[in-house]
Amino acid sequence: MNMEEVIRIDDLSYAYPDGQRALSGINLTVRRGESLAIIGPNGAGKSTLLLHLNGILRSDGRVKVFSEPVTEKNLKNVRRRIGLVFQNPDDQLFSATVFDDVAFGPMNLGYSEAEVRQAVSGALEKVGMSGFENRSSHHLSLGERKRIAIATILSMSPEVMVLDEPTSNLDPKGKWLLIGLLRRLPVTRLIATHDLERVAALCHRVVILDGGRIVADDTAAQILNDTSLLEAHGLSRPAGLKSTSASVIPLRD
Amino acid sequence: MTLLSKTMKHSFLDRYSDRDSFVHRLDPRTKLVAVFLFILAVGLTSPAMWPVFAIYFVIIASLIIFSRVPVLYVFKRSLVIIPFVLLIAIFIPFFKHGEAVGSYNLWIWKVSVSYHGLQVLVTILIKSWLSILSLILLTSTTKITDLLRGLEQLRLPGVMVMVLSFMYRYIFILVDEVMRMKQARDSRNFGGGRLRQLKTIGNMAGTLFIRSYERGERVYDAMLSRGFDGQSRTLHHLSFGLSDLFFGISFGVVVVFTCTFNFLH
Repeated sequence: MNMEEVIRIDDLSYAYPDGQRALSGINLTVRRGESLAIIGPNGAGKSTLLLHLNGILRSDGRVKVFSEPVTEKNLKNVRRRIGLVFQNPDDQLFSATVFDDVAFGPMNLGYSEAEVRQAVSGALEKVGMSGFENRSSHHLSLGERKRIAIATILSMSPEVMVLDEPTSNLDPKGKWLLIGLLRRLPVTRLIATHDLERVAALCHRVVILDGGRIVADDTAAQILNDTSLLEAHGLSRPAGLKSTSASVIPLRD
Repeated sequence: MTLLSKTMKHSFLDRYSDRDSFVHRLDPRTKLVAVFLFILAVGLTSPAMWPVFAIYFVIIASLIIFSRVPVLYVFKRSLVIIPFVLLIAIFIPFFKHGEAVGSYNLWIWKVSVSYHGLQVLVTILIKSWLSILSLILLTSTTKITDLLRGLEQLRLPGVMVMVLSFMYRYIFILVDEVMRMKQARDSRNFGGGRLRQLKTIGNMAGTLFIRSYERGERVYDAMLSRGFDGQSRTLHHLSFGLSDLFFGISFGVVVVFTCTFNFLH
Protein backbone atom coordinates (compact mmCIF):
# COMPACT_ATOMS: atom_id res chain seq x y z
CA MET A 1 0.00 0.00 0.00
CA ASN A 2 1.25 3.43 -0.91
CA MET A 3 2.25 5.25 2.26
CA GLU A 4 2.23 8.70 0.70
CA GLU A 5 1.03 11.38 3.08
CA VAL A 6 -2.04 12.84 1.51
CA ILE A 7 -3.01 15.23 4.28
CA ARG A 8 -0.87 16.49 7.09
CA ILE A 9 -2.05 18.88 9.75
CA ASP A 10 0.47 20.24 12.25
CA ASP A 11 -0.74 22.01 15.36
CA LEU A 12 -3.72 23.68 13.76
CA SER A 13 -5.78 26.10 15.80
CA TYR A 14 -8.70 28.17 14.67
CA ALA A 15 -10.97 30.72 16.27
CA TYR A 16 -14.15 32.11 14.77
CA PRO A 17 -14.24 35.84 13.97
CA ASP A 18 -16.15 36.43 17.20
CA GLY A 19 -13.28 34.96 19.18
CA GLN A 20 -14.79 31.60 19.99
CA ARG A 21 -12.22 28.80 19.84
CA ALA A 22 -13.11 26.12 17.33
CA LEU A 23 -9.93 24.06 17.01
CA SER A 24 -6.89 23.72 19.28
CA GLY A 25 -3.64 21.98 18.49
CA ILE A 26 -4.91 19.59 15.83
CA ASN A 27 -2.35 17.08 14.61
CA LEU A 28 -3.50 14.67 11.95
CA THR A 29 -1.89 12.67 9.17
CA VAL A 30 -3.85 10.83 6.51
CA ARG A 31 -2.24 8.45 4.07
CA ARG A 32 -3.36 7.49 0.61
CA GLY A 33 -6.04 4.83 0.53
CA GLU A 34 -7.08 5.30 4.15
CA SER A 35 -10.68 5.41 5.23
CA LEU A 36 -10.93 7.72 8.21
CA ALA A 37 -13.94 8.69 10.28
CA ILE A 38 -14.00 11.83 12.38
CA ILE A 39 -16.58 11.45 15.11
CA GLY A 40 -17.55 13.61 18.04
CA PRO A 41 -20.42 15.42 19.69
CA ASN A 42 -22.18 18.41 18.10
CA GLY A 43 -20.12 21.54 18.22
CA ALA A 44 -16.85 19.65 18.42
CA GLY A 45 -15.47 21.41 15.37
CA LYS A 46 -15.76 18.64 12.78
CA SER A 47 -17.15 20.85 10.00
CA THR A 48 -14.64 23.59 10.80
CA LEU A 49 -11.81 21.09 10.48
CA LEU A 50 -13.09 19.83 7.13
CA LEU A 51 -13.27 23.36 5.73
CA HIS A 52 -9.53 23.71 6.29
CA LEU A 53 -8.78 20.76 4.05
CA ASN A 54 -9.56 22.51 0.79
CA GLY A 55 -8.59 26.00 1.72
CA ILE A 56 -11.97 27.54 2.41
CA LEU A 57 -10.59 28.39 5.84
CA ARG A 58 -6.93 29.41 5.75
CA SER A 59 -4.30 27.94 8.00
CA ASP A 60 -0.95 29.65 7.34
CA GLY A 61 0.71 26.54 6.02
CA ARG A 62 -0.23 24.28 8.91
CA VAL A 63 -2.33 22.17 6.58
CA LYS A 64 -0.31 20.35 3.94
CA VAL A 65 -2.01 18.55 1.13
CA PHE A 66 0.06 16.14 -1.01
CA SER A 67 3.10 17.52 0.80
CA GLU A 68 2.43 21.10 -0.28
CA PRO A 69 1.01 23.76 2.02
CA VAL A 70 -2.40 25.06 1.03
CA THR A 71 -1.83 28.56 -0.33
CA GLU A 72 -3.62 31.02 -2.57
CA LYS A 73 -1.68 29.77 -5.59
CA ASN A 74 -2.52 26.09 -5.52
CA LEU A 75 -6.13 26.36 -4.36
CA LYS A 76 -7.63 25.25 -7.64
CA ASN A 77 -5.41 22.21 -7.76
CA VAL A 78 -6.15 21.34 -4.15
CA ARG A 79 -9.87 21.63 -4.75
CA ARG A 80 -9.70 19.34 -7.72
CA ARG A 81 -7.78 16.66 -5.87
CA ILE A 82 -9.63 16.97 -2.58
CA GLY A 83 -13.39 16.94 -3.06
CA LEU A 84 -15.54 18.29 -0.23
CA VAL A 85 -19.17 17.18 0.03
CA PHE A 86 -21.24 19.30 2.39
CA GLN A 87 -23.96 18.14 4.72
CA ASN A 88 -26.95 19.80 3.05
CA PRO A 89 -27.31 18.86 -0.63
CA ASP A 90 -29.40 21.97 -1.29
CA ASP A 91 -26.33 24.07 -0.56
CA GLN A 92 -24.41 22.28 -3.30
CA LEU A 93 -27.09 21.84 -5.92
CA PHE A 94 -27.45 25.44 -6.97
CA SER A 95 -27.88 25.13 -10.72
CA ALA A 96 -31.08 24.86 -12.67
CA THR A 97 -30.48 21.27 -13.82
CA VAL A 98 -28.58 18.24 -12.55
CA PHE A 99 -26.32 18.35 -15.58
CA ASP A 100 -25.32 21.94 -14.87
CA ASP A 101 -24.49 21.09 -11.26
CA VAL A 102 -22.39 18.03 -12.04
CA ALA A 103 -20.70 19.90 -14.92
CA PHE A 104 -19.85 22.93 -12.77
CA GLY A 105 -16.64 21.44 -11.38
CA PRO A 106 -15.20 20.17 -14.69
CA MET A 107 -16.07 23.42 -16.43
CA ASN A 108 -14.24 25.44 -13.81
CA LEU A 109 -11.25 23.16 -14.34
CA GLY A 110 -11.26 24.04 -18.02
CA TYR A 111 -12.30 20.71 -19.54
CA SER A 112 -13.42 20.75 -23.16
CA GLU A 113 -17.08 20.21 -23.99
CA ALA A 114 -16.61 16.56 -24.80
CA GLU A 115 -14.59 15.99 -21.63
CA VAL A 116 -17.24 17.71 -19.52
CA ARG A 117 -19.99 15.56 -20.96
CA GLN A 118 -17.97 12.44 -20.36
CA ALA A 119 -17.15 13.45 -16.80
CA VAL A 120 -20.82 14.13 -16.06
CA SER A 121 -22.13 10.85 -17.42
CA GLY A 122 -19.34 8.96 -15.69
CA ALA A 123 -20.05 10.58 -12.35
CA LEU A 124 -23.80 10.05 -12.60
CA GLU A 125 -23.25 6.42 -13.47
CA LYS A 126 -21.03 5.91 -10.42
CA VAL A 127 -23.77 7.19 -8.14
CA GLY A 128 -26.48 5.29 -9.96
CA MET A 129 -28.24 8.39 -11.30
CA SER A 130 -27.72 8.07 -15.05
CA GLY A 131 -30.45 9.68 -17.07
CA PHE A 132 -31.13 12.40 -14.51
CA GLU A 133 -29.23 15.08 -16.45
CA ASN A 134 -32.18 17.27 -17.36
CA ARG A 135 -34.03 17.04 -14.08
CA SER A 136 -34.31 19.94 -11.64
CA SER A 137 -32.85 19.23 -8.24
CA HIS A 138 -35.89 20.47 -6.33
CA HIS A 139 -37.93 17.66 -7.84
CA LEU A 140 -35.70 14.97 -6.38
CA SER A 141 -35.90 13.14 -3.08
CA LEU A 142 -33.30 13.70 -0.35
CA GLY A 143 -31.47 10.46 -1.10
CA GLU A 144 -31.28 11.32 -4.78
CA ARG A 145 -30.03 14.81 -4.01
CA LYS A 146 -27.33 13.46 -1.73
CA ARG A 147 -26.14 11.17 -4.48
CA ILE A 148 -26.13 13.99 -7.03
CA ALA A 149 -24.15 16.12 -4.57
CA ILE A 150 -21.54 13.37 -4.46
CA ALA A 151 -21.59 13.21 -8.26
CA THR A 152 -20.83 16.94 -8.45
CA ILE A 153 -17.52 16.17 -6.76
CA LEU A 154 -16.83 12.88 -8.52
CA SER A 155 -16.95 14.55 -11.92
CA MET A 156 -13.68 16.27 -11.01
CA SER A 157 -12.03 12.87 -10.38
CA PRO A 158 -10.70 13.70 -6.91
CA GLU A 159 -8.11 11.58 -5.16
CA VAL A 160 -9.51 12.29 -1.73
CA MET A 161 -13.15 12.64 -0.77
CA VAL A 162 -14.14 14.50 2.36
CA LEU A 163 -17.75 14.13 3.42
CA ASP A 164 -19.60 16.03 6.13
CA GLU A 165 -22.38 13.87 7.61
CA PRO A 166 -23.24 12.02 4.39
CA THR A 167 -25.95 9.84 5.90
CA SER A 168 -27.77 12.42 8.01
CA ASN A 169 -31.56 12.49 7.57
CA LEU A 170 -31.62 9.40 5.40
CA ASP A 171 -33.75 6.41 6.27
CA PRO A 172 -31.83 3.20 7.10
CA LYS A 173 -32.08 1.85 3.56
CA GLY A 174 -30.83 5.16 2.18
CA LYS A 175 -27.92 5.09 4.61
CA TRP A 176 -26.83 1.62 3.56
CA LEU A 177 -27.16 2.49 -0.13
CA LEU A 178 -24.94 5.51 0.37
CA ILE A 179 -22.33 3.55 2.29
CA GLY A 180 -22.32 0.93 -0.46
CA LEU A 181 -21.72 3.67 -2.99
CA LEU A 182 -18.85 5.14 -0.97
CA ARG A 183 -17.22 1.75 -0.50
CA ARG A 184 -17.02 1.28 -4.26
CA LEU A 185 -15.09 4.52 -4.81
CA PRO A 186 -11.34 4.00 -5.10
CA VAL A 187 -10.43 7.17 -3.20
CA THR A 188 -9.00 8.12 0.16
CA ARG A 189 -11.96 8.92 2.44
CA LEU A 190 -12.50 11.27 5.36
CA ILE A 191 -15.96 11.22 6.82
CA ALA A 192 -17.27 13.42 9.61
CA THR A 193 -20.26 11.70 11.11
CA HIS A 194 -22.42 10.71 14.05
CA ASP A 195 -23.45 7.51 12.36
CA LEU A 196 -21.24 5.02 14.17
CA GLU A 197 -23.00 1.98 12.81
CA ARG A 198 -22.06 2.97 9.28
CA VAL A 199 -18.55 3.96 10.36
CA ALA A 200 -17.93 0.38 11.33
CA ALA A 201 -18.78 -0.78 7.82
CA LEU A 202 -16.74 1.83 6.04
CA CYS A 203 -13.72 3.06 7.97
CA HIS A 204 -10.51 1.50 9.23
CA ARG A 205 -9.52 4.37 11.42
CA VAL A 206 -11.45 6.62 13.74
CA VAL A 207 -10.54 9.97 15.24
CA ILE A 208 -12.60 11.50 18.06
CA LEU A 209 -12.87 15.28 18.06
CA ASP A 210 -14.26 16.96 21.16
CA GLY A 211 -14.12 20.62 22.12
CA GLY A 212 -11.83 21.39 19.20
CA ARG A 213 -9.22 18.83 20.18
CA ILE A 214 -8.40 15.35 18.95
CA VAL A 215 -8.89 13.13 21.97
CA ALA A 216 -8.44 9.76 20.34
CA ASP A 217 -6.94 8.41 17.13
CA ASP A 218 -6.97 4.67 16.68
CA THR A 219 -8.35 1.81 14.64
CA ALA A 220 -12.09 1.57 14.34
CA ALA A 221 -12.13 -1.71 16.21
CA GLN A 222 -10.43 -0.17 19.23
CA ILE A 223 -12.53 2.94 19.43
CA LEU A 224 -15.95 1.62 18.57
CA ASN A 225 -15.72 -1.08 21.19
CA ASP A 226 -14.52 1.27 23.91
CA THR A 227 -17.86 2.19 25.44
CA SER A 228 -16.47 4.36 28.23
CA LEU A 229 -14.38 6.38 25.80
CA LEU A 230 -17.34 6.94 23.54
CA GLU A 231 -19.62 7.96 26.38
CA ALA A 232 -17.04 10.33 27.80
CA HIS A 233 -17.29 12.30 24.57
CA GLY A 234 -21.00 12.39 24.07
CA LEU A 235 -21.24 9.33 21.86
CA SER A 236 -22.63 5.88 22.37
CA ARG A 237 -21.73 2.51 21.09
CA PRO A 238 -24.05 1.68 18.16
CA ALA A 239 -26.65 -0.92 18.99
CA GLY A 240 -26.23 -2.79 15.75
CA LEU A 241 -22.54 -3.37 16.25
CA LYS A 242 -21.44 -6.91 16.93
CA SER A 243 -19.11 -7.13 19.86
CA THR A 244 -16.13 -8.79 18.22
CA SER A 245 -13.67 -6.64 16.38
CA ALA A 246 -13.42 -9.10 13.52
CA SER A 247 -16.77 -8.06 12.11
CA VAL A 248 -16.15 -4.34 12.41
CA ILE A 249 -13.60 -3.70 9.72
CA PRO A 250 -14.23 -4.60 6.12
CA LEU A 251 -11.18 -6.05 4.46
CA ARG A 252 -10.07 -3.97 1.47
CA ASP A 253 -12.20 -5.06 -1.46
CA MET B 1 -43.26 18.15 2.99
CA THR B 2 -46.01 20.70 3.23
CA LEU B 3 -48.98 20.70 0.89
CA LEU B 4 -47.95 23.89 -0.83
CA SER B 5 -44.45 22.63 -1.54
CA LYS B 6 -46.04 19.66 -3.27
CA THR B 7 -47.95 21.98 -5.56
CA MET B 8 -44.90 24.17 -6.02
CA LYS B 9 -42.99 21.18 -7.31
CA HIS B 10 -44.94 21.51 -10.52
CA SER B 11 -42.94 24.48 -11.75
CA PHE B 12 -45.06 27.57 -11.69
CA LEU B 13 -42.65 29.97 -13.37
CA ASP B 14 -42.58 28.28 -16.75
CA ARG B 15 -45.74 26.24 -16.83
CA TYR B 16 -46.77 24.92 -20.24
CA SER B 17 -43.20 25.41 -21.44
CA ASP B 18 -42.96 21.67 -22.07
CA ARG B 19 -45.77 21.63 -24.61
CA ASP B 20 -45.11 21.61 -28.33
CA SER B 21 -45.92 24.24 -30.91
CA PHE B 22 -43.99 26.24 -33.46
CA VAL B 23 -43.57 28.99 -30.92
CA HIS B 24 -42.14 26.54 -28.39
CA ARG B 25 -39.64 25.31 -30.93
CA LEU B 26 -38.23 28.73 -31.75
CA ASP B 27 -34.77 29.57 -30.46
CA PRO B 28 -35.06 31.41 -27.12
CA ARG B 29 -32.96 34.24 -28.51
CA THR B 30 -35.47 34.82 -31.31
CA LYS B 31 -38.26 35.01 -28.79
CA LEU B 32 -36.33 37.31 -26.48
CA VAL B 33 -35.50 39.74 -29.27
CA ALA B 34 -39.06 39.56 -30.59
CA VAL B 35 -40.54 40.34 -27.16
CA PHE B 36 -38.11 43.21 -26.69
CA LEU B 37 -39.00 44.63 -30.11
CA PHE B 38 -42.70 44.21 -29.44
CA ILE B 39 -42.58 45.98 -26.08
CA LEU B 40 -40.47 48.75 -27.60
CA ALA B 41 -42.93 49.23 -30.45
CA VAL B 42 -45.91 49.19 -28.12
CA GLY B 43 -44.21 51.66 -25.81
CA LEU B 44 -43.45 54.04 -28.65
CA THR B 45 -47.03 54.17 -29.84
CA SER B 46 -48.67 57.54 -29.41
CA PRO B 47 -51.63 57.85 -27.06
CA ALA B 48 -55.10 56.92 -28.34
CA MET B 49 -53.82 55.26 -31.53
CA TRP B 50 -56.51 52.62 -31.22
CA PRO B 51 -56.06 50.97 -34.68
CA VAL B 52 -52.34 50.47 -33.96
CA PHE B 53 -53.10 48.86 -30.61
CA ALA B 54 -55.65 46.66 -32.31
CA ILE B 55 -53.00 45.39 -34.73
CA TYR B 56 -50.59 44.66 -31.90
CA PHE B 57 -53.35 42.84 -30.06
CA VAL B 58 -54.10 40.71 -33.10
CA ILE B 59 -50.41 39.84 -33.43
CA ILE B 60 -50.02 38.72 -29.84
CA ALA B 61 -53.40 36.99 -29.67
CA SER B 62 -52.68 34.93 -32.75
CA LEU B 63 -49.27 33.94 -31.41
CA ILE B 64 -50.90 32.86 -28.16
CA ILE B 65 -53.38 30.75 -30.09
CA PHE B 66 -50.64 29.21 -32.23
CA SER B 67 -48.62 28.34 -29.13
CA ARG B 68 -51.46 26.17 -27.78
CA VAL B 69 -51.03 27.61 -24.31
CA PRO B 70 -54.45 27.84 -22.57
CA VAL B 71 -55.89 31.26 -23.36
CA LEU B 72 -57.71 31.54 -20.03
CA TYR B 73 -54.45 30.91 -18.17
CA VAL B 74 -52.65 33.66 -20.09
CA PHE B 75 -55.57 36.02 -19.61
CA LYS B 76 -55.82 35.44 -15.87
CA ARG B 77 -52.10 35.88 -15.38
CA SER B 78 -52.11 39.10 -17.39
CA LEU B 79 -54.64 40.66 -15.05
CA VAL B 80 -51.95 40.70 -12.36
CA ILE B 81 -50.48 43.88 -13.78
CA ILE B 82 -53.70 45.90 -13.73
CA PRO B 83 -53.74 46.86 -10.01
CA PHE B 84 -50.11 48.04 -10.18
CA VAL B 85 -50.67 50.14 -13.25
CA LEU B 86 -53.88 51.61 -11.88
CA LEU B 87 -52.16 52.48 -8.64
CA ILE B 88 -49.65 54.62 -10.47
CA ALA B 89 -51.69 55.90 -13.37
CA ILE B 90 -55.06 56.56 -11.77
CA PHE B 91 -54.15 60.16 -10.98
CA ILE B 92 -53.29 61.11 -14.54
CA PRO B 93 -56.80 62.11 -15.67
CA PHE B 94 -56.97 64.48 -12.72
CA PHE B 95 -53.77 66.27 -13.52
CA LYS B 96 -53.63 66.43 -17.26
CA HIS B 97 -54.67 69.73 -18.69
CA GLY B 98 -57.21 69.88 -21.44
CA GLU B 99 -60.84 69.68 -22.19
CA ALA B 100 -62.68 68.58 -19.06
CA VAL B 101 -65.03 65.64 -19.13
CA GLY B 102 -66.47 66.40 -15.77
CA SER B 103 -65.64 68.15 -12.55
CA TYR B 104 -66.46 67.59 -8.93
CA ASN B 105 -66.33 69.74 -5.91
CA LEU B 106 -64.34 67.99 -3.26
CA TRP B 107 -64.80 70.25 -0.22
CA ILE B 108 -62.99 73.40 -1.17
CA TRP B 109 -61.06 72.03 -4.19
CA LYS B 110 -62.37 71.76 -7.69
CA VAL B 111 -61.31 68.42 -9.16
CA SER B 112 -61.68 67.90 -12.89
CA VAL B 113 -61.15 64.91 -15.11
CA SER B 114 -59.77 65.74 -18.52
CA TYR B 115 -60.65 63.88 -21.69
CA HIS B 116 -57.03 63.77 -22.78
CA GLY B 117 -56.06 62.45 -19.36
CA LEU B 118 -58.54 59.61 -19.66
CA GLN B 119 -57.13 58.74 -23.06
CA VAL B 120 -53.63 58.62 -21.61
CA LEU B 121 -54.81 56.41 -18.74
CA VAL B 122 -56.45 53.90 -21.07
CA THR B 123 -53.40 53.97 -23.35
CA ILE B 124 -51.11 53.16 -20.44
CA LEU B 125 -53.35 50.29 -19.39
CA ILE B 126 -53.40 48.87 -22.89
CA LYS B 127 -49.63 49.20 -23.34
CA SER B 128 -48.95 47.46 -20.02
CA TRP B 129 -51.42 44.72 -20.80
CA LEU B 130 -49.96 44.06 -24.28
CA SER B 131 -46.44 44.03 -22.86
CA ILE B 132 -47.27 41.55 -20.16
CA LEU B 133 -49.13 39.32 -22.60
CA SER B 134 -45.95 39.05 -24.64
CA LEU B 135 -43.90 38.27 -21.52
CA ILE B 136 -46.34 35.59 -20.39
CA LEU B 137 -46.19 34.07 -23.85
CA LEU B 138 -42.40 34.06 -23.62
CA THR B 139 -42.25 32.30 -20.26
CA SER B 140 -45.01 29.84 -21.17
CA THR B 141 -43.22 28.68 -24.29
CA THR B 142 -39.63 28.63 -23.10
CA LYS B 143 -38.08 26.61 -20.33
CA ILE B 144 -36.34 28.81 -17.77
CA THR B 145 -33.04 27.03 -18.40
CA ASP B 146 -33.28 27.74 -22.13
CA LEU B 147 -34.29 31.32 -21.42
CA LEU B 148 -31.19 31.79 -19.29
CA ARG B 149 -28.99 30.28 -22.00
CA GLY B 150 -30.56 32.60 -24.54
CA LEU B 151 -29.84 35.60 -22.31
CA GLU B 152 -26.29 34.42 -21.84
CA GLN B 153 -25.70 34.11 -25.57
CA LEU B 154 -27.23 37.51 -26.13
CA ARG B 155 -24.31 38.78 -24.05
CA LEU B 156 -26.11 39.43 -20.79
CA PRO B 157 -23.29 39.65 -18.18
CA GLY B 158 -22.48 36.24 -16.70
CA VAL B 159 -23.04 37.45 -13.17
CA MET B 160 -26.61 38.50 -13.93
CA VAL B 161 -27.42 35.18 -15.54
CA MET B 162 -26.00 33.40 -12.49
CA VAL B 163 -28.12 35.52 -10.16
CA LEU B 164 -31.26 34.75 -12.19
CA SER B 165 -30.37 31.07 -12.18
CA PHE B 166 -29.98 31.04 -8.41
CA MET B 167 -33.25 32.92 -8.02
CA TYR B 168 -35.04 30.25 -10.02
CA ARG B 169 -33.33 27.46 -8.13
CA TYR B 170 -33.86 28.77 -4.61
CA ILE B 171 -37.30 30.31 -4.84
CA PHE B 172 -38.86 26.90 -4.19
CA ILE B 173 -36.72 26.41 -1.13
CA LEU B 174 -37.65 29.84 0.19
CA VAL B 175 -41.34 29.12 -0.31
CA ASP B 176 -40.93 25.84 1.57
CA GLU B 177 -39.24 27.64 4.46
CA VAL B 178 -41.99 30.25 4.61
CA MET B 179 -44.60 27.51 4.69
CA ARG B 180 -42.81 25.71 7.50
CA MET B 181 -42.51 28.94 9.47
CA LYS B 182 -46.17 29.62 8.90
CA GLN B 183 -47.15 26.16 10.14
CA ALA B 184 -45.00 26.60 13.24
CA ARG B 185 -46.48 30.00 13.88
CA ASP B 186 -50.04 28.78 13.43
CA SER B 187 -49.40 25.96 15.87
CA ARG B 188 -48.57 28.50 18.53
CA ASN B 189 -50.94 31.21 17.58
CA PHE B 190 -53.69 32.26 19.96
CA GLY B 191 -54.94 35.03 17.72
CA GLY B 192 -53.94 38.34 19.10
CA GLY B 193 -54.30 41.81 17.69
CA ARG B 194 -53.21 43.17 14.33
CA LEU B 195 -50.11 44.71 15.81
CA ARG B 196 -48.94 41.44 17.31
CA GLN B 197 -49.56 39.61 14.05
CA LEU B 198 -47.63 42.22 12.12
CA LYS B 199 -44.77 41.93 14.59
CA THR B 200 -44.67 38.17 14.06
CA ILE B 201 -44.63 38.58 10.30
CA GLY B 202 -41.85 41.11 10.64
CA ASN B 203 -39.82 38.63 12.69
CA MET B 204 -40.45 35.91 10.13
CA ALA B 205 -39.27 38.14 7.31
CA GLY B 206 -36.14 39.02 9.24
CA THR B 207 -35.39 35.39 10.05
CA LEU B 208 -35.95 34.40 6.44
CA PHE B 209 -33.51 37.06 5.34
CA ILE B 210 -30.83 35.86 7.75
CA ARG B 211 -31.32 32.24 6.78
CA SER B 212 -31.12 33.13 3.10
CA TYR B 213 -27.99 35.17 3.69
CA GLU B 214 -26.30 32.32 5.52
CA ARG B 215 -27.39 29.86 2.86
CA GLY B 216 -25.77 32.16 0.34
CA GLU B 217 -22.51 31.85 2.26
CA ARG B 218 -22.74 28.05 2.27
CA VAL B 219 -23.54 27.95 -1.45
CA TYR B 220 -20.50 30.12 -2.08
CA ASP B 221 -18.31 27.69 -0.11
CA ALA B 222 -19.73 24.85 -2.21
CA MET B 223 -18.92 26.75 -5.38
CA LEU B 224 -15.37 27.38 -4.18
CA SER B 225 -14.97 23.68 -3.42
CA ARG B 226 -15.68 22.97 -7.07
CA GLY B 227 -13.04 25.33 -8.36
CA PHE B 228 -15.09 28.48 -8.83
CA ASP B 229 -12.85 31.46 -9.50
CA GLY B 230 -15.31 34.22 -10.29
CA GLN B 231 -15.73 33.45 -13.97
CA SER B 232 -18.94 31.93 -15.17
CA ARG B 233 -18.54 29.41 -17.96
CA THR B 234 -21.02 28.05 -20.41
CA LEU B 235 -21.28 24.93 -22.49
CA HIS B 236 -24.45 24.44 -24.51
CA HIS B 237 -24.58 26.50 -27.66
CA LEU B 238 -27.98 27.26 -29.11
CA SER B 239 -28.34 27.27 -32.87
CA PHE B 240 -30.92 28.93 -35.08
CA GLY B 241 -33.25 27.02 -37.33
CA LEU B 242 -35.12 27.87 -40.49
CA SER B 243 -38.31 28.64 -38.60
CA ASP B 244 -36.39 31.26 -36.60
CA LEU B 245 -35.50 33.03 -39.82
CA PHE B 246 -39.03 32.83 -41.16
CA PHE B 247 -40.61 33.99 -37.91
CA GLY B 248 -37.99 36.64 -37.28
CA ILE B 249 -38.41 38.26 -40.65
CA SER B 250 -42.21 38.21 -40.75
CA PHE B 251 -42.56 39.36 -37.14
CA GLY B 252 -39.98 42.11 -37.65
CA VAL B 253 -41.67 43.30 -40.82
CA VAL B 254 -45.14 43.45 -39.27
CA VAL B 255 -43.98 45.28 -36.15
CA VAL B 256 -41.82 47.80 -38.02
CA PHE B 257 -44.64 48.42 -40.48
CA THR B 258 -47.13 49.03 -37.68
CA CYS B 259 -44.68 51.30 -35.89
CA THR B 260 -44.09 53.38 -39.01
CA PHE B 261 -47.83 53.55 -39.58
CA ASN B 262 -48.14 54.93 -36.07
CA PHE B 263 -45.59 57.64 -36.69
CA LEU B 264 -46.97 58.65 -40.05
CA HIS B 265 -50.26 59.56 -38.43
